[in-house]
Amino acid sequence: MRGSIAVESIAKNLIGGTERMAAAPKRPFRWHIVVFLAPAVLVYTAIMILPLAGTLQLSLFRNIDQSQVFVGLENFRRLFGDPNWSVNFWNALRNNVWFFIIHMVVQNPIGVLLAALLSSPRLRFSAFYRTAIFVPTILSFVIVGFAWKLILSPLWGVAPNLMDLVGLKSLFTPWLGKEQYALTTLSLISVWQFVGIPMMLIYAALLSIPEEVIEAAECDGITGMSQFWKIKLPLILPSIGIISILTFVGNFNAFDLIYTAQGALAGPNYSTDILGTFLYRAFFGFQLQVGDPNMGAAIATMMFLIILGGVCVYLFLVQTRLRRYQF
Amino acid sequence: MTTKLLTALLLGTSILGSAGMAYAQDVTLNIESWRGDDLAIWKDKLIPAFEAKNPGIKVVFAPSAPTEYDAALGAKLAAGSAGDLITCRPFDKSLELFKKGNLADISTLPGMENFSDVAKAAWQTDDGKSSFCVPMASVIHGFIYNKDAFDKLGIKVPETRDEFFAALDKIKADGTYIPMAMGTKDLWEAATMGYQNIGPNYWKGEEGRAALIKGEQKLTDPQWVAPYAELAKWKDYLGDGFEAQTYPDSQNLFTLGRAAIYPAGSWEIGLFNTQAQFKMGAFPPPVEKAGDTCYISDHTDIGMGLNAASKNADAAKTFLTWVASPDFATIYANALPGFFSLNNTPVKMEDPLAQEFVSWRDKCKSTIRSTYQILSRGTPNLENETWVESANVINGTVTPEAAAKKLQDGLDSWYRAGK
Repeated sequence: MRGSIAVESIAKNLIGGTERMAAAPKRPFRWHIVVFLAPAVLVYTAIMILPLAGTLQLSLFRNIDQSQVFVGLENFRRLFGDPNWSVNFWNALRNNVWFFIIHMVVQNPIGVLLAALLSSPRLRFSAFYRTAIFVPTILSFVIVGFAWKLILSPLWGVAPNLMDLVGLKSLFTPWLGKEQYALTTLSLISVWQFVGIPMMLIYAALLSIPEEVIEAAECDGITGMSQFWKIKLPLILPSIGIISILTFVGNFNAFDLIYTAQGALAGPNYSTDILGTFLYRAFFGFQLQVGDPNMGAAIATMMFLIILGGVCVYLFLVQTRLRRYQF
Repeated sequence: MTTKLLTALLLGTSILGSAGMAYAQDVTLNIESWRGDDLAIWKDKLIPAFEAKNPGIKVVFAPSAPTEYDAALGAKLAAGSAGDLITCRPFDKSLELFKKGNLADISTLPGMENFSDVAKAAWQTDDGKSSFCVPMASVIHGFIYNKDAFDKLGIKVPETRDEFFAALDKIKADGTYIPMAMGTKDLWEAATMGYQNIGPNYWKGEEGRAALIKGEQKLTDPQWVAPYAELAKWKDYLGDGFEAQTYPDSQNLFTLGRAAIYPAGSWEIGLFNTQAQFKMGAFPPPVEKAGDTCYISDHTDIGMGLNAASKNADAAKTFLTWVASPDFATIYANALPGFFSLNNTPVKMEDPLAQEFVSWRDKCKSTIRSTYQILSRGTPNLENETWVESANVINGTVTPEAAAKKLQDGLDSWYRAGK
């Protein structure tokens, strides 16, 4: 989530910056601006920008004979040129993209759907549902990973028994242990955990739609489903955009769930290896593998660039085209 | 109110601080370790035994979590705040610390003569000239079985591979028990309890391991592929959904009496003794024909070294000499059945299962895990890849030959024998 906060604030700064550029009247230098900004700038620099710069710097060095030597882009050449690294990198990136796709296709539409249902005035106990659906989000990854590992366990899990009750036992397989299912299963677990976030954001956006707009639509005879598609959905599109970018950043920074459920080797056969676990193994090492902070930093730099690229695409191509409505 | 509380706290800490100083005449040694499980044994048995003999030296055992140990230790060493005594992982992790100058050379420490060369190999430079940790214990691989189940089904303890698979078939046909408790979810079970367990019988222990390091043998040679072929056959005898069965699942399956055979490491003995309600026995990895020389994995697992920056080096050396003594070995091996002393003096152990394991040392030849020394230094890491490929072979997603080829290719990409 660290990355997502950073990106959000970058995004805010960018948007704010362009608006404020216009007017520049001749006045004495306004010191109070500097003074008021200083705490935030200093703290942000110390705990975000410096470490980031440190990582970028580390990726350009190698440890040769116990001392750090500048090697330019050698680490990146290895990461992409040496099959021992590149195969793992592309595998992790591919898995990560799939992880993201599942979230976009499953988590966000379900979030929108839940929000639409919750905002329906006829629904009773909506506060209860809202809380219940949001609760997994505040659970620790360790709990979620462990609980789902148990639920899906072929030995003591409830999943095989429940499926047996409805006569679907034959469809049960040890999902987390099969190469072809493990990543999708984990993605869906993550969706289960985080579906509360898009739900809450969309729910808030839906509530902020003024009554007059809805009433006007009703006067024009637009009700029910077509009201959702024609009136509400266009109005919440900016929120959906923000959710997409949050999902993107969160997914490409993901690590915890895979690590707790599958371990650092992201088995079976690296089928659940994503950039986060790949980075972890490279940076800290694992079991007999000794950590290589320089290669780790190179991978971290690539993750940063991927996320930066994604966010830029969103900011400059999507965000600017989204229409905002002022009421 | 708050100020009062704060003042009280500050006063309290200053008093406590000066109280600590009063004891400072005694030398206090801190032990860094990842064995949090052993805290009670150190506090109640080992440290009192040492302190009784060496007045003036206090010892504090300060473990951290296993998964954090290496990173935490590295950071503490760099900051100069690490303990005087450092529990050593085998091979490269410790060798790296030695090369960085974090561990002192203790080749001439009194007591080191109590250990054989194989025992010391895990904490020596590649040329064997300098030692930097006192070997503490090793773990032995084999199979633990449910004696009640074997008696009920009339199965004899298997000695040869044919008998082993006949026994598995019989258990499977009967259906009461899952023949073998092992899963591939955590990967390392497949490699450590599988490949490294049965492998030494094929590659002839030290002979094959040394030849692999010298480059005279390859992982694609028959004696290195054959264990994979055997592992592939295990698939049919594992429980339902073994692909998602974790290591604790396997342990529970066995101790609950639902499985008959458990491919084991001796470190399980302590836990199994407290949990299993049935009689247990153990047998070494079966050989091909009755009477063949058997080989066991007797893997050096844990040692203790001296922080080169320690201010109490003399006291710490006294402690290490004691760790190298038969006294320590007796207490340690009995307190932790399944962690066998590497001391040349035989240690009397009470636990029958532990006795069974250690008795194999007399009739079989000992070796250590093939991937640990030297061969896991590069990228891809041979040990980690062995985990992945062993699990793949048992899952049936890769053929034994393909797995071996992948490992050898990975090794070839960075390892030049004899360099």
